[in-house]
Parts: sequence; structure tokens; C-alpha cells
Amino acid sequence: MKKNTNIYFLVGLFVCIGFLGLLILAFRVGGLAFTSQRSYEIHAIFSDVSGLTTRADVSIAGVNVGRVLDIDLEDDAQRAKVIMAINENIQLPIDTSASIRTSGLLGSKYVGLYVGADEEILAPGDTIFDTQSSLQLEDLIGKFLVQ
Amino acid sequence: MIKIIQKLGYSTLELVTNIGLASIFLFNSIWAIPNFKKSFPIFIKQVYFLGVLSLLIIGLSGLFIGMVLGLQGYTILIDFGSEAQVGQLVALTLLRELSPVVSAILFAGRAGSATTAEIGLMKATEQISSLEMMGIDPFHRIIGPRFWAGVFSVPVLSIIFSIVGIWGGAAIVVELLGVSDGLYWGNMIAVVDWQEDIVSSIIKSVVFAILVIWVALYQGFYCYPTAEGISSATTKTVVFSSLLVLCFDFLLTALLF
Repeated sequence: MKKNTNIYFLVGLFVCIGFLGLLILAFRVGGLAFTSQRSYEIHAIFSDVSGLTTRADVSIAGVNVGRVLDIDLEDDAQRAKVIMAINENIQLPIDTSASIRTSGLLGSKYVGLYVGADEEILAPGDTIFDTQSSLQLEDLIGKFLVQ
Repeated sequence: MIKIIQKLGYSTLELVTNIGLASIFLFNSIWAIPNFKKSFPIFIKQVYFLGVLSLLIIGLSGLFIGMVLGLQGYTILIDFGSEAQVGQLVALTLLRELSPVVSAILFAGRAGSATTAEIGLMKATEQISSLEMMGIDPFHRIIGPRFWAGVFSVPVLSIIFSIVGIWGGAAIVVELLGVSDGLYWGNMIAVVDWQEDIVSSIIKSVVFAILVIWVALYQGFYCYPTAEGISSATTKTVVFSSLLVLCFDFLLTALLF
């Protein structure tokens, strides 16, 4: 019996280490957060979203305020519609503009918001039309060469 | 000529028979826990033998593999000036591929072969036949608890492997090579996804666990009850389960990522 309880203890310890490891993986490595921020959806219409992916950051002045939920074509299939989840405590004036920017020279794309000054606030599901599309390095080089 | 075709036919039939036998065997092992109260102590004992005693080899391998990944990743990435990404390199390599695969292969070598030899010897000394004569189903008493203990232990070992590896990488990259630890952990957190990377890693290692312990138990249970038979069954366990793990790793990677 003495040996048996010893084994039980070691197996229990093994299970605890495994569970602890899973927790460390989830929170320390995976960055899973329990505080699931409540958020609302804002749409934005861009003429070009090349390089932007779902789950990309949405930020104001470099501070993360949400993420990209979905990227789709607009109903008339001419421009791109980006659906973003914005944290609930952030209120955006109606003349807010959005642009697709790159972190670093070759880094990943994110959506940057420029907060306007209007007193009216964007409601959940509203659309931002004042947008600036992603900067294409190739286009820029092309323009430079033409000049 | 006819002899060659006969031989081909014979080995085909044998292969199909073996696959069928192994499938029935797997099915029986999965449904082999009828009396929870009686089987549980055996299960715990097997978790001790298969899991706890494998901790040392898994931990050491994880540590060294993580350190090597950190070192290699650093020497390559420093050329591009992006040595800050080495954290995500170490974490993704470990979680997606190395920790499920290497821990399953190490488990096959450390615990799978031992299980085969144990059951093979039980068969050679006719302990299994005596159990059957006493009206005890060997699947309930021997195979089932070992099967479930293996399926339970390997994912835990794989998680421990990842953690130790990531810490080992951090030890080399942050402490020795001087990359800021904020960059190491921050880039890792930004890229590693809970569902895509961590859950997939666990799914992979559960599948590998089933494969390895299945092969080990099957080889032990159906080996020739002689000294030679046991030795060849032990070899087959390590070879087949390693090959199966690598093959299924490719399939699962294609499916999951």
C-alpha cells in the first residue's frame, strides 16, 4: 500500500505538471486572454486591401483597439469590405477615416484609424467610406521610375 | 514464375489479415474498460510506467532541441537583422512539428518497446492463457488500461516537451545571445494562436499516441511466444510506430494547417 500511494502521488504530480504546462502554453505562449473584450462591428470600404489578413490589428495612434474579423467584396463586387471588431469602450466619431498601413518596411499590414472631430458617433454596423488603401511598394517604385 | 505470384498472393493475404486483426484489436482495446473501479488502479500504474518514467528523457530532449533551435535560428536570422523573430521560430517549430513527433518517437522507444516485451513475455510464459482460463478477459485486465494510459500520457509528455523546449530556447537566445526577452516572448505571443497551433499540436499527439500504443500492444499480443519472437516484435514496434508517426504527421499537417 505504501508503494501504491507513492505511485498515485507521482502520477498526480505528472497530471498537474501536464495541466500547468497547458496553462503556460495557453497564456504565456499563445497569449490567450480571459477578459474577452466586448466589441462592436464597424465596416470600412477600401479600393485595395492586398496583404491585409483576418485577425490583423486595428489601431488608433499605434494603440490596438480591435481586430479585423472578415474581408469580403462589396455587394457590387468592385471594392473590398473590411469588417472590424472595435472594443466597446472606444467611440468613433462619424468622420473617422481608415487606412491600411504596414508595421515596419516589410512587416504585416494593419488598419490604422484616424479619429475625426464630429460629435455624432458611429453606431455598430456603420460603414467608413473615407479610406486610404494599402501602399503597394511596386506602384511606388513604378511611379519613381516614370518620373 | 507461378511461385512468385503465389508468394505475392500469400503476402497480400497475410497483410490484409494482419490489418483486419489489428483493427479488431484496436476496437477491443478501446471498449475494454467495463469495471471502472477495478481497472482504474491498473490504469494509474501504467500511467506511472509509461508517462512518469518517460519524463526525464522527454524533458532532456526537449531542452536540447529547444536550445539547438534557438542557436540555429539566431545564427540564420541575425544575417537578416531579424533575430527578434527567433522566439516565434522556436515556438512554432516545436508546437507544430517537433514536440508531437519527437515525443511520440521517444515514447515508442522508451515505453512502447517495453510494453511489447512485457506482453510478449506474458504470452510466452502463458500468463495470458491462464487469465483466459480463469475467465478474465485479458483485454480488460492487460490491454485496455495500457492502451488508455498511453493515450493519456503522450499528449501530456508532448506539452511538457514544448514548454521545456521554449524555455530552453529562451535560455540560449535571451541569456546567452542577448536578444531582449520582451522581443522573444512578445513576438511569440503575437504569432502563436491558441486553436491553430496549440490545439492542433495536442490533436496530433493524441493521434500519435493511439498509433504508438496500438502497434506496441498488438505486436506484443500477437508475437511468437519465443525469445526470438519477442525480440523481433520489440524491433517491429519501434520501426513500425516511428514510420507510422512520421507518415501520419505528414497527413495531419496537410489536414490541420
